[in-house]
Amino acid sequence: MAVEPLLADDDFVPLTGSGRTAPSLALLARPRTAAEAAGAVLARGSRGAVARGRGRSCGDAAQNAGGTVLDLTALDRIRGLDAAAGLVVCEAGTELGALARALLPYGLHPRAGGGGWTAGGTVASGYGNGVEAFELLGADGRSRTVRRGEPLFDATVGGLGLTGVVLAVTLALRPVETAYLRERSVRFRDVDALLAHWTAPGAVPEPYARARVEPAGRGRAVLTAAAPVPYAGLPRGHRARRAPLAPPSFPGPWAGGLRPLPGLARARAVPAYGRGPRAGFVRYRCAVPEGREEALRGLLALLAGRRSPARGARHARVERVYADGAGPLAFPVRGWCLTVEVPAGARGLGRFLDVLDERVAEAGGRVCLAEDARLRPALLPVMYPRLDAFRGLRAALDPRSVFRSDLARRLGL
Amino acid sequence: MPPQSLLLLGGTSAIGLATARRLIARRTRTVWLAGRPSPELDAAAASLRALGAGVRVVPFDALDTDVHAERLGRVFAEGDVDLVLLAFGVLGDQARDESDPAAAVRVAQTNYTGGVSAALVCAGALQAQGHGSLVVLSSVAGERGRRADFIYGSSKAGLDVFAQGLGDALHGTGVHVMVVRPGAVRAARTAGRPEPAPLSTTPEAVAGAIELGLRRRSETVWVPAPLRLVASALRHVPRPLHRRLPVAP
Repeated sequence: MAVEPLLADDDFVPLTGSGRTAPSLALLARPRTAAEAAGAVLARGSRGAVARGRGRSCGDAAQNAGGTVLDLTALDRIRGLDAAAGLVVCEAGTELGALARALLPYGLHPRAGGGGWTAGGTVASGYGNGVEAFELLGADGRSRTVRRGEPLFDATVGGLGLTGVVLAVTLALRPVETAYLRERSVRFRDVDALLAHWTAPGAVPEPYARARVEPAGRGRAVLTAAAPVPYAGLPRGHRARRAPLAPPSFPGPWAGGLRPLPGLARARAVPAYGRGPRAGFVRYRCAVPEGREEALRGLLALLAGRRSPARGARHARVERVYADGAGPLAFPVRGWCLTVEVPAGARGLGRFLDVLDERVAEAGGRVCLAEDARLRPALLPVMYPRLDAFRGLRAALDPRSVFRSDLARRLGL
Repeated sequence: MPPQSLLLLGGTSAIGLATARRLIARRTRTVWLAGRPSPELDAAAASLRALGAGVRVVPFDALDTDVHAERLGRVFAEGDVDLVLLAFGVLGDQARDESDPAAAVRVAQTNYTGGVSAALVCAGALQAQGHGSLVVLSSVAGERGRRADFIYGSSKAGLDVFAQGLGDALHGTGVHVMVVRPGAVRAARTAGRPEPAPLSTTPEAVAGAIELGLRRRSETVWVPAPLRLVASALRHVPRPLHRRLPVAP
């Protein structure tokens, strides 16, 4: 006899982030138009609704156990392009890679980056750059345009979808001559040498700069920076000389230190950690302010410790951040950003990450909420001192807390 | 993700309180203690408060099944509950209960019908919230009838089978049901008893096993773990021999 689960509705599906940890069940609606999205928000149950893109972040921000989740990936039309002003308006579910490929023939590329994120997802997670305006669907089912500079704009960028559903986004573009970046790598003996290089007086901000640090061993580091290649900069006889604005169709590695612009590379076929029901991973992403390099070194030393569960990680990623985020829940802090991915089954991982949380909070840093599924709620006001401003704005906009997620419930946002 | 809120049915249960203490040391911030109002319940609440948790007490009587829905519904209306621990139960006194059917019925009603009613109320609420765990404390005594404690054992056997079926019914709804079968537990409740049986355990060990089981999303947990093999072997021992065994677990 087949087991019939006691499901309230067949449309309830388990959802997780890309780390495939902490699944929860929600009623998945897949609106095809803005009007259908508004209808789904108005028809929500007592447990609220939250928007979801391609589920690229690792946390539980785009999950809503027992409630409604709006899968916006069907809203993927590009509404308009102003090539002279360098602006494109696209619907929230547009994948940034698809957008980059569509804009490439015009010699334009979104500043927001790529990597499988949707335009709305980069707004809600606060990852994207160059967001100029967006259309926001409120709890009352009406949408409004929010422009850069408004308080609601700052609260929504990095606001984890709790201020409303982003329906369309205006993104800034930059002109490109070819579809390639030129990569330059510098190797460092250890983290100290890397930080010394980055903090040296007269060091200029490098675009796309990020460093990979080996957690085990001596902690060797490789810093990679990349810059768009002008047409004249392509190697002689390179196939891209004939069609510089054609998307690179062949798989890497690319000759001469070239790699495709973000979003144009082929997707990786195999996930970072093995497949199977138990093969999830946890992405820990935190920021440490400038001047607290010793805290960053401490975190890396903890990761490299002899009994550290993070030794299963291939590398930790360190980035230099040059500006604070604007919104009350914005993650970026001027200084440093550290990301590490650890298999979820690692022994003692929960307690280890709790220790990291404490260190980060002590240093005046914060944990990225878009990637989080496990932060201790008590640390949240320490990491995000403007939390009350966000709560106030949310209470004013959405007094009945229509927009809710597992993350919001867990942390009491 | 360890639970942030806990509803403990049977607020003075030694295993329940040991689990609550352990979970408070992790992530649990809100604890609901459901039990009959008594000084022991207040003392239990105070002891958990001292550990830093927010503790609220709900008057709850397993025998009063008519008001379960209302009383427990109030808890779920206040906010999500990540873990419900069904830990109430009475051992009874086998010798007295055999001669006093009314007392035996009380044991059965507390352990079985009370458990069924409370578990169904909680399962409905957990299903509506789309996530959460329901942990049901069974007992190795429910595994096979034995002379020494068959009244208690039969009530736990009923609850055990009920919880297994409930777990299957809720499979795929995001709610996780776990049956915990401890061996003889050395605690205040059994203090006057002779000689602890082999493979006996403590409330703290059961709490540790519950925490591990929650992390692994296990469906059945034996405490101590080797009891699973022992019980499996005893299940196949012929009746005449089983009857003569000095300590069938």
